[in-house]
Amino acid sequence: MSDKPKLAMYWAASCGGCEISVLNIGDKILIVDDVFDLAFFPCIADFKHSHVEGYPDGYIDVCLFNGAIRTSDNEEMAKLLRQKSKILVAYGSCAYEGCIPALSNLTTKDDTFNTVYFDNQTIDNPDRVVPLVETQVPEGTLTLPSFYNTVKSLDQVVDVDYYLPGCPPEPEQIWAVLEVVVNALLNEGPLPPAGSIVGAGIVAVCEECPLEKNVKSITQFYRPYEIQPEPGLCLLEQGLVCVGPATRSGCGALCPQVGMGCRGCYGPLDGVEDQGAKMLSAIASVVTVGASGEDEHELEEKINAVMDTLADPSGTFYRFSMAHSLLGRVRAENNGKNGGKVK
Amino acid sequence: MNEQFEPVIVGFLCNWCSYRAADLAGTSRTKYAPNMRAIRVMCSGRVDPQFVLKALLEGADGVMIAGCHPGECHYVEGNIKALRRYILLKRMLKQWGIEEQRVQLVWASASEGNLLAEAVDRMTEEVRALGPLQWRETVLGGNGHKPVETAEVEAELEEVS
Repeated sequence: MSDKPKLAMYWAASCGGCEISVLNIGDKILIVDDVFDLAFFPCIADFKHSHVEGYPDGYIDVCLFNGAIRTSDNEEMAKLLRQKSKILVAYGSCAYEGCIPALSNLTTKDDTFNTVYFDNQTIDNPDRVVPLVETQVPEGTLTLPSFYNTVKSLDQVVDVDYYLPGCPPEPEQIWAVLEVVVNALLNEGPLPPAGSIVGAGIVAVCEECPLEKNVKSITQFYRPYEIQPEPGLCLLEQGLVCVGPATRSGCGALCPQVGMGCRGCYGPLDGVEDQGAKMLSAIASVVTVGASGEDEHELEEKINAVMDTLADPSGTFYRFSMAHSLLGRVRAENNGKNGGKVK
Repeated sequence: MNEQFEPVIVGFLCNWCSYRAADLAGTSRTKYAPNMRAIRVMCSGRVDPQFVLKALLEGADGVMIAGCHPGECHYVEGNIKALRRYILLKRMLKQWGIEEQRVQLVWASASEGNLLAEAVDRMTEEVRALGPLQWRETVLGGNGHKPVETAEVEAELEEVS
């Protein structure tokens, strides 16, 4: 092998979109190929677990790790790649803060299994087969990774050097980060301080959003299919939930510009621990029902009526940041070890 | 030994009404449950939902937010904002499996020391009946964000390697 720096990219609990986003940097991928040797990249090249195990510690210069930690296999790979990598990047929202996989922290493993293997309309499972960690067959014992009750972000299982948010990260942001890394590796250029969030802005998505903003005064929320938003006008003002006020910029406000409220994939702003709580605050501030001087009970009823139109607040406000939320997961009956039973 | 469970309740009291109500309860020597730990904030509208979640994460069994009656806010509408947040937060906490008695919003003016004392007494009993929350221990496992079953998996991994 040449003495070029080594690049790795691995997927844990993810959709594969992050891998595609790397290819999305266009012809610059050729520069990446010029500069780096691939050391591990299961999506596009044939590498085995044993190859990585055989590398000396710190052999990989940069590892882009995407996907959340859902199974014991994800965790094992995270630990292995941490050991073999100089720079470990939590790439994309899943590795950074849990993203869509971590929404299952709103339920339990057993409920997830019941839905996936029994209750879905399209499931026909008369023998009630579910995956087991160990299965006895005549030839011996077959094993599968164990499935956790709680989905974690990468930094909840290993130390992470940098976070690159986004679902998926935007190409120009990815390239900007790769440039810094390449410059550091080849010309000993400066690297950002460890633990930094790279490839993203420091202001809210609203700052980047070109939609016209006036006074926000909401008396009813709509789901995206219920109304046709007025073009050019702030979506939140029109009653469509947009998580832009509580979300870090860096994407260029792509979603609001096509009529879909910001989903929140770039995560919370600096100094905010809990994106959902901040969004809750923002939403409560723009609901203008009820004024001082009204009867206390009437006031409560009026506000309740508005909040009734807001579907699934936890899933909406924590769509991408469940694993990094303050409370981490929901509390189910006898949470954890003895929680419900697979039917 | 069968000791009674003493809930820890974090109370965010507004400077202008509820904190003074607590002061009044004190100077009037009103007896009430010692379970509420008072934190003075300038307005109930200052209470960020993050404060509530953090209190629950860090070991509180309940959180009380207390402010001026609607219409009497020192900052005109701060308490209405608090009410809107609280109503939405309550819906969210329900999804998180947290009983609604654990987070309560109370209106108490500066002259209502007795009312605040009653509310603290009532809430203490309600939370006592629910039992300890112990979020880190029971929901997340011993090490904060480390989930309950990690220890088991670690043992498994050790066996494999």
